[in-house]
Amino acid sequence: MAEILVLVEHIDGEVKKVTLELLTLARSLGSASAVWAGPGYSESARARLAEYGADKIYVAGSEEIVDYVVAPKAELLAQLVASASPAAVLVAATAEGKEVAGRLAIKTDSGVITDAVGLGDGFVAEQSIFGGGVNVRARAVKGTPIVAVRPNSTAPEASAGAGAEEQVTVALSDAAKGARVVERVKQEKGARPELTEAAIVVSGGRGVGSAENFAVIEKLADALGAAVGASRAATDAGWYPHQFQVGQTGKTVSPQLYIAAGISGAIQHRAGMQTAKTIIAINKDSEAPIFELADFGVVGDLHQIVPQLTEEVEKRK
Amino acid sequence: MNIVVCVKQVPDTATERKLNAKDNTLDRDAADGVINELCEYAVEEALKIKEAHGGEVTVLTMGPGKATDTIRKALAMGADKAVHLVDDALHGSDALSTSYALAQTLRKIGFDLVVLGSESTDARTGVLAAMLAERLGVPQLTLAGKVDIDGSAIAIQRVTDYGFDKVEASLPAVVSVVEKINEPRYPSFKGIMAAKKKPVETLGIADAEIEAAQVGLGGAWSEVVEFAVAPPRAAGTIVKDEGDGGSKAAEFLASKKFI
Ligand SMILES: Cc1cc2nc3c(=O)[nH]c(=O)nc-3n(C[C@H](O)[C@H](O)[C@H](O)COP(=O)(O)OP(=O)(O)OC[C@H]3O[C@@H](n4cnc5c(N)ncnc54)[C@H](O)[C@@H]3O)c2cc1C
Ligand SMILES: Cc1cc2nc3c(=O)[nH]c(=O)nc-3n(C[C@H](O)[C@H](O)[C@H](O)COP(=O)(O)OP(=O)(O)OC[C@H]3O[C@@H](n4cnc5c(N)ncnc54)[C@H](O)[C@@H]3O)c2cc1C
Repeated sequence: MAEILVLVEHIDGEVKKVTLELLTLARSLGSASAVWAGPGYSESARARLAEYGADKIYVAGSEEIVDYVVAPKAELLAQLVASASPAAVLVAATAEGKEVAGRLAIKTDSGVITDAVGLGDGFVAEQSIFGGGVNVRARAVKGTPIVAVRPNSTAPEASAGAGAEEQVTVALSDAAKGARVVERVKQEKGARPELTEAAIVVSGGRGVGSAENFAVIEKLADALGAAVGASRAATDAGWYPHQFQVGQTGKTVSPQLYIAAGISGAIQHRAGMQTAKTIIAINKDSEAPIFELADFGVVGDLHQIVPQLTEEVEKRK
Repeated sequence: MNIVVCVKQVPDTATERKLNAKDNTLDRDAADGVINELCEYAVEEALKIKEAHGGEVTVLTMGPGKATDTIRKALAMGADKAVHLVDDALHGSDALSTSYALAQTLRKIGFDLVVLGSESTDARTGVLAAMLAERLGVPQLTLAGKVDIDGSAIAIQRVTDYGFDKVEASLPAVVSVVEKINEPRYPSFKGIMAAKKKPVETLGIADAEIEAAQVGLGGAWSEVVEFAVAPPRAAGTIVKDEGDGGSKAAEFLASKKFI
């Protein structure tokens, strides 16, 4: 069966959920090979990747791979594309994943499809564009298809793969060493899942009213094990940090559940969340456009509704 | 310093955006063209760098004839001159073709620093800056929330999911900027008037030594097979809060097995 490379996303040695989704997707189209780039690989990582169907695991554990911005990962993948001739390469459609895909496409003279929300026979990818208004089927027509797949596009399913490990060394070119990472600054993030990866996102907008009031949103998020998002009105006001902005000029999320509280649902906000599977809106204005998207909506004051909802969620745990 | 800022014209998000059924490409006539918002941040950053370190800011746009509106906007903000890459052969270019065409043009006009937005609001691939760095063989300093230049040394804060990475390189380099790196200035009346007189050089693909076989619909590395307008979402249940709105939302969540 044709081999499909999946670039593993990991943090502190832990495999991220999106990688399990990508392995699941790869298995439906061929034989999944995980590619581990950088330090942190361990027996538990191997077990996890094999559990979700990796037949092969290429391990390039050198520290150097993460010492420079993006280019080393593209060089590693290009080397594997040359040696293993895979049928396709899948990466997560995160900001960095897409950059890796872009450079890899040039190195391997291949087409790249970004932000796929599905992938089928012939590596034809589905994209949801213009803020969810249009569905597109697109594919690479030259080289090895490179597809950046959005988190939460597939439900991860365990199915044991052989998990055969192969160590890989990559000799980085000088060009790949141009942009050196000298320090990683971890801003306090707590125990919440990452916004783009989270299965549930609870977002607050101008209706939240202040930075302090975002605690209401955070409490509901924590009760649900969700990530917190914000509209641009909220980030512009300085109530919540910009990296949590959802929308056209912020993050695109595609969770199982999106709860929008005090957000009107401007087209630029919708562009970042419209592909969520289930949407709940809480807004005091029954005319707010967000209700057009909502599977369930409550018209009223979020300062009453959200705490009550949080309490109910806690009760039912 | 020779700073080139890449600026894209995009259809206004507030109007209905369409693909053209004839060739599955973006229907650029259907909607008003505006400057890609993240490119305004790129122009602002380029102007700030020029103000601090001297040099010249050149706007580079690949796009149809009507993209001149967008070029004028960047010039009105304060850029010195512009290069407009315009050729029917470029219609339908994908990200690989676009990066190739822009890289060829950049080689021709020369640069110490190239500044881009991190993403466009129409295609939203977010790959152009990384692709330009790859093609030009210069450092990739993308997703910058802060840029510092000292002589030929350049440092950025690269925004990540966990915070940011401090990244260092030396010029020439490609930078892309995120929203809120700065506050883009509004063009003044004087700026708007001055922009009308600033030089805009128009280049075709032959002028920039761009091979026709690598651009346009025919040269692209990817294709749109088909598209369809998304079916509207099924109407949901909307309730009015009578003091039990939170509980009702919880019941809905339970019915969907979220809790
Ligand atoms: C080029 C461009 C890019 C943009 N990119 C983005 C982006 O990435 N993300 C983004 O979000 N926006 C973006 N915007 C901005 C967008 O157009 C809207 O301005 C923004 O989304 C509005 O945020 P909001 O819904 O929180 O605020 P508002 O539109 O002011 O809505 C607030 C809502 O809260 C409700 N409300 C108020 N008080 C309460 C209460 N006590 N209880 C319940 N409901 C209450 C109100 O009824 C109202 O519906 C962009 C705009 C432009 C021009
Ligand atoms: C809905 C849609 C989906 C698409 N999906 C894909 C895909 O999956 N794969 C693919 O290969 N192509 C795709 N394309 C084609 C792609 O839009 C074009 O190649 C485009 O010119 C570059 O991509 P971008 O705008 O997404 O660039 P981005 O990387 O998102 O833009 C970042 C920055 O690059 C600069 N820039 C981009 N274009 C220009 C320009 N023409 N002139 C000057 N500066 C510019 C600007 O500074 C901009 O802020 C898609 C197009 C559409 C309309």
